[in-house]
Amino acid sequence: MDRIATDVMELSGAEIVVRCLQEEKVEFVYGYPGGAVLYLYDELAKQDRVKHILVRHEQAAVHAADGYARSCQRPGVALVTSGPGVTNAVTGIATAYMDSIPMVIITGQVPTHAIGQDAFQEVDTVGITRPCVKHNFLVKDVRELAATIRKAFVIAATGRPGPVLVDIPKDVTTARTVFAYPQDVPMRSYSPVSRGHSGQIRKAVQMLLEARRPMIYTGGGVVLGEASPELTRLVRELGFPCTNTLMGLGGYPATDRQFVGMLGMHGTYEANMAMQHCDVLLAVGARFDDRVIGNPQHFHQEERRIIHIDIDPSSISKRVKVDVPIVGGVKEVLAEMLAQLAAGGERPDAAALADWWKQIEAWRSRDCLRYDRSSPVIKPQSVIEALYRVTNGDAYVTSDVGQHQMWAAQFYKFDQPRRWINSGGLGTMGFGLPSAMGVQLAHRDATVACVTGEASIQMCIQELSTCRQYRLPIKVVMLNNRYMGMVRQWQEFFHGNRHAESYMDALPDFVRLAEAYGHVGMRIENPADVEGALREAFAMKDRLVFMDFITDETENVFPMVPGGKGLSEMILV
Amino acid sequence: MRHIISILLENEPGALSRVSGLFSARGYNIESLTVAPTEDATLSRMTIVTSGSDDVIEQITKQLNKLIEVVKVVDLSDGAHIERELMLVKVRAAGKDREEMKRMAEIFRGRIIDVTDKSYTIELTGEGSKLDAFLLAVEPGLILETVRTGASGIGRGERVLRV
Repeated sequence: MDRIATDVMELSGAEIVVRCLQEEKVEFVYGYPGGAVLYLYDELAKQDRVKHILVRHEQAAVHAADGYARSCQRPGVALVTSGPGVTNAVTGIATAYMDSIPMVIITGQVPTHAIGQDAFQEVDTVGITRPCVKHNFLVKDVRELAATIRKAFVIAATGRPGPVLVDIPKDVTTARTVFAYPQDVPMRSYSPVSRGHSGQIRKAVQMLLEARRPMIYTGGGVVLGEASPELTRLVRELGFPCTNTLMGLGGYPATDRQFVGMLGMHGTYEANMAMQHCDVLLAVGARFDDRVIGNPQHFHQEERRIIHIDIDPSSISKRVKVDVPIVGGVKEVLAEMLAQLAAGGERPDAAALADWWKQIEAWRSRDCLRYDRSSPVIKPQSVIEALYRVTNGDAYVTSDVGQHQMWAAQFYKFDQPRRWINSGGLGTMGFGLPSAMGVQLAHRDATVACVTGEASIQMCIQELSTCRQYRLPIKVVMLNNRYMGMVRQWQEFFHGNRHAESYMDALPDFVRLAEAYGHVGMRIENPADVEGALREAFAMKDRLVFMDFITDETENVFPMVPGGKGLSEMILV
Repeated sequence: MRHIISILLENEPGALSRVSGLFSARGYNIESLTVAPTEDATLSRMTIVTSGSDDVIEQITKQLNKLIEVVKVVDLSDGAHIERELMLVKVRAAGKDREEMKRMAEIFRGRIIDVTDKSYTIELTGEGSKLDAFLLAVEPGLILETVRTGASGIGRGERVLRV
């Protein structure tokens, strides 16, 4: 009898994977079946706690898991088969890796005995994905399966988050063992810090109090680290100006007067000038990348002291030398800064700060984001402004990559973190629609808009079918200028205005295409119709509406810091 | 500047390629790399000789520490340390060269570990510069084949690198 009892407790690898996902309280698995994962799919179908979302291409599965993770602070989960399933997923995995998104990707693999034999649908998954994951595993023994999956979730979500891949050969999904899900999986080589060094924090606070031209610059780390409340308190307490990176938008409320806009290549004049000319810079969860500070030599020409808070020591002093490095969770460090500030009772020099603000307001008065509001053709910026009004600034906005992305970042004022979902690091066209699916599934009743262009949308347009299947009422706001706009802009500025292959010829009729997928399609060609059309679309709460805005094909994104130039060398309108 | 970096890492498949992949992906140099399991079979000890500015070396150690399977990283160049490299060199040893080669091996405290009537195989250990010196001292036409392990390093004194 004992033996029977033991046998009953033994589960197959496939059952174990599903049990692990249940233990992790995974709501959705985004995936696509195939030979190597058939047993897994069989088990998934036998239960309903973990819901599977069937995409139309594996790239979209990973982007959807990514959008889910970005919008709700939990790891996204994707499931794909071996070989082409994996290679299709790689773009999505690299996208998540560049933006430090917590995610677990489960991939099927050919049976262990076939590995290395060039079997059907075999690729070296851990080899191919190694440079674009936080970590990956190949599980060859079913007895290690549960602990490995637990490790994957722990690694993905702690420290600097990132995607973790678990590759499972088909025979491991049929092998049987006793299931026990470990909560603790000690790893002697992995122990991310959270608290910052108090002495360093004291130094930083002192430096901030001595500043005469301070600047606070924050990135995606504030969003990922849930540090928005602490950051907002600190900025207000100090009365300093604050800028966010593309990844950091929403970390500080954009409608607040102390917010000077996004910085960087397409940042505001005031943000870039303040960044260049400040004397003390507090960088929080940001990494001084090339699209943010431009040419590092030019950035160094001005003397300033830099404090840098980041959970990843390798982000500190990578591109820019830092005076006070603080390694730790941004939430914990900012909280300690606030506590030290309160205990010390000191305040920054009010007169110096007033002078600095006068300067910033002078920069701000250049109104660097202005555009022709009386144009007879639709200006793309006006669509984003109308979108902001129509959604009361309260939508989840995903985007693809290019001009539309920059306009969305510049003109939609994000007052909360996790509302702006875009591929900042890798710049993946095709990200917008599938990530919106993940967001909409995570927040069924929320308003989700996907701002896209007619080039980007075609890179994952097949997902309109997934949206139909799961009745996802996403609003696709497409700025259609008949060009790969950002490519065209660079060609205009830097390649003698020769439009090599940047014109989108033979575009489909997007309205009929949307209708063919079972959605509502709209084409808007007149500036006077923009807001009305948006209102009509967003009123259709249960339908996906695809809005094809025919916009000015000549419009460019300003300001612009040309590649290799310094932050204060912007091209302005 | 040249640095010699010691790494303790999990003795698992793929760990080596994570390290070497990191170097190639980020454009860092590897002059040499040696690795083998330690007395604790779950751990491997790796020695990497690399070169770069202080900033680059700082990034290398930080990036290495970020790898999940890396347990500890030490830049041995930060303190007193000992380096040794092993070289096996096959030389022509016929006629008048035969005696000369034996003498050269003795001068460099090498050992002849294989003999034919036309060749010797000599084993030499020491710092890389000593092995270089041997190769310079021998007439180039007499060197048939060389194989070098790359440097292994350990800190001087009671300083130890372990878990």
